Amino acid sequence: MNASAQSSPPAVIEVRDLVTHYGTRQILNGVSVDIVQGEIMVIMGGSGSGKSTFLRHLMALQRPTSGTIKILGQDVWGLPQKGLFELRKKLGVAFQGGALFSSMTVGENIMLPLFEHTKLDRKTMEIMARMKLEVVDLSGFEDLMPSELSGGMIKRAAVARAIIMDPRILFFDEPSAGLDPVVSKQLDEMILRLRDAMGMTICVVTHELESAFTIADRMTVLDRGDILFVGTPDELRASKSERIQNLLNRRSEEAEIDADEYLRRLTGDKEEAEGMPR
Amino acid sequence: MAKGNKASSTASLFGRIGQGTVAFMEELGRHGVLVAESVYWLLAGPRMNQPVRMGAVIAEMMEIGVRAIGIIGIMAAAIGAMLAIQGIYSLKIFGAEGHVVVGVAFSMVREFAPLITGILVAGRSGSALSAKLGTMKINQEIDALEVMGINPVRFLVVPSVLASLVMVPVLTFMSMALGLWAAALYVNTALGMSLAAFMDQTFDVLSVDDLLHGIGKAAIFGVLIALIGVINGFLVKGGAEGVGKATTRSVVQCISAIVVTDMLFALVATW
Repeated sequence: MNASAQSSPPAVIEVRDLVTHYGTRQILNGVSVDIVQGEIMVIMGGSGSGKSTFLRHLMALQRPTSGTIKILGQDVWGLPQKGLFELRKKLGVAFQGGALFSSMTVGENIMLPLFEHTKLDRKTMEIMARMKLEVVDLSGFEDLMPSELSGGMIKRAAVARAIIMDPRILFFDEPSAGLDPVVSKQLDEMILRLRDAMGMTICVVTHELESAFTIADRMTVLDRGDILFVGTPDELRASKSERIQNLLNRRSEEAEIDADEYLRRLTGDKEEAEGMPR
Repeated sequence: MAKGNKASSTASLFGRIGQGTVAFMEELGRHGVLVAESVYWLLAGPRMNQPVRMGAVIAEMMEIGVRAIGIIGIMAAAIGAMLAIQGIYSLKIFGAEGHVVVGVAFSMVREFAPLITGILVAGRSGSALSAKLGTMKINQEIDALEVMGINPVRFLVVPSVLASLVMVPVLTFMSMALGLWAAALYVNTALGMSLAAFMDQTFDVLSVDDLLHGIGKAAIFGVLIALIGVINGFLVKGGAEGVGKATTRSVVQCISAIVVTDMLFALVATW
């Protein structure tokens, strides 16, 4: 099923030399990666590796310090505002906590992009919303409020909302976080189904190894703002890099201890400690 | 810093003043940007397929205006009666109770109706706006809007600002009427002046300018409440505690802004 290995489909996301800062702290140090059409790219990394920030850049939510991001061939930050709105209609995002609007029912949440971007009549929108709920196995739940759903159901409803406009690229932020293994597995299967049935390019940020290896066509491993690895899951397993093996075997990193640095941290000298990962 | 010497504490005092000033200017700048953005989306939105939805404006009007009618009505009536009571009490000293109408009419229409309405709407809706937007931000709902290609300012802010701009003056007009009516009732029982005579005298002393003074202030209060509420909501950081802090901050800032603006407006308008 590995589409990228057979031929070379066009890249739908091209990131070049992406550098970004929070205040004075540099989060990404010149990241370059391509995500090609129809693949599931899993972005991995420990906490503080910059993967969530990287995802925000891929979703065009944050402007980088330098570097370019091309989505579907368009330079995101070179686009006029209207162009960016149009581009965003081709992206779908399932946020970590679902990010469903609590004042609307599940059905209204899913129909919101249709309401805002199309001139369809309500009946058609309702039918489309039910179709998408069917895809995520939530049919019949459209009249409930988000607060009445379980964690797994909220995530699936968020996926239904993300795919309502039939996006070209679908992003998942930590799909299995906070879910039990069974529900988490169902979500993984759903992600695979979405790629196969709808031909979407899917980009998943996760730190769950098992889920990552189940769904990934290719993986990107980020570590302290740098790309450590890009390749297939098999290549990742075969990697000889010590850091990658630590990650795969869930060993904590033995950070090199610098005595001066350690002392400064203990004494709480803030100016010196600036630039430390959170 | 175990033994803070004089020089460094002076420096830090100036530092704090400087930081405070910068923060204040930053906040003012944010308000300016938000006003400009709101006007931009209101005018340019339809051309970018991002129109401001009338439905959303009406929903906000219901929330900010219609649902506040009860409490604002009661408060306005209480203030009107209070003004009449105090007016009669103090004018009695000069034996001029009959002139109470003048005092009540001016102070209710020019001052108390817009002020009490502004403060109540700030307490109800300014805080609610901050809490709503703050929670939405924490739950990534604002990000979700953005990635769906829906501008959050157009979708969330403009309806609130418009609703507040319209509803605070409308509520203020209602407060004026109810306050004067309650005052008339009290004057009727205390001095035996008929309601018709009270109203007659009221309309005699009041000019359209007085009415516009009150309503104009109310419109400014309306915009201030919405902007302060929205900005504090958007700035929320750090979970539920952040939302709580933003809500408190929003109410305090709204009321301070209302009172200061009220004073400045009165100063300029009576120059």
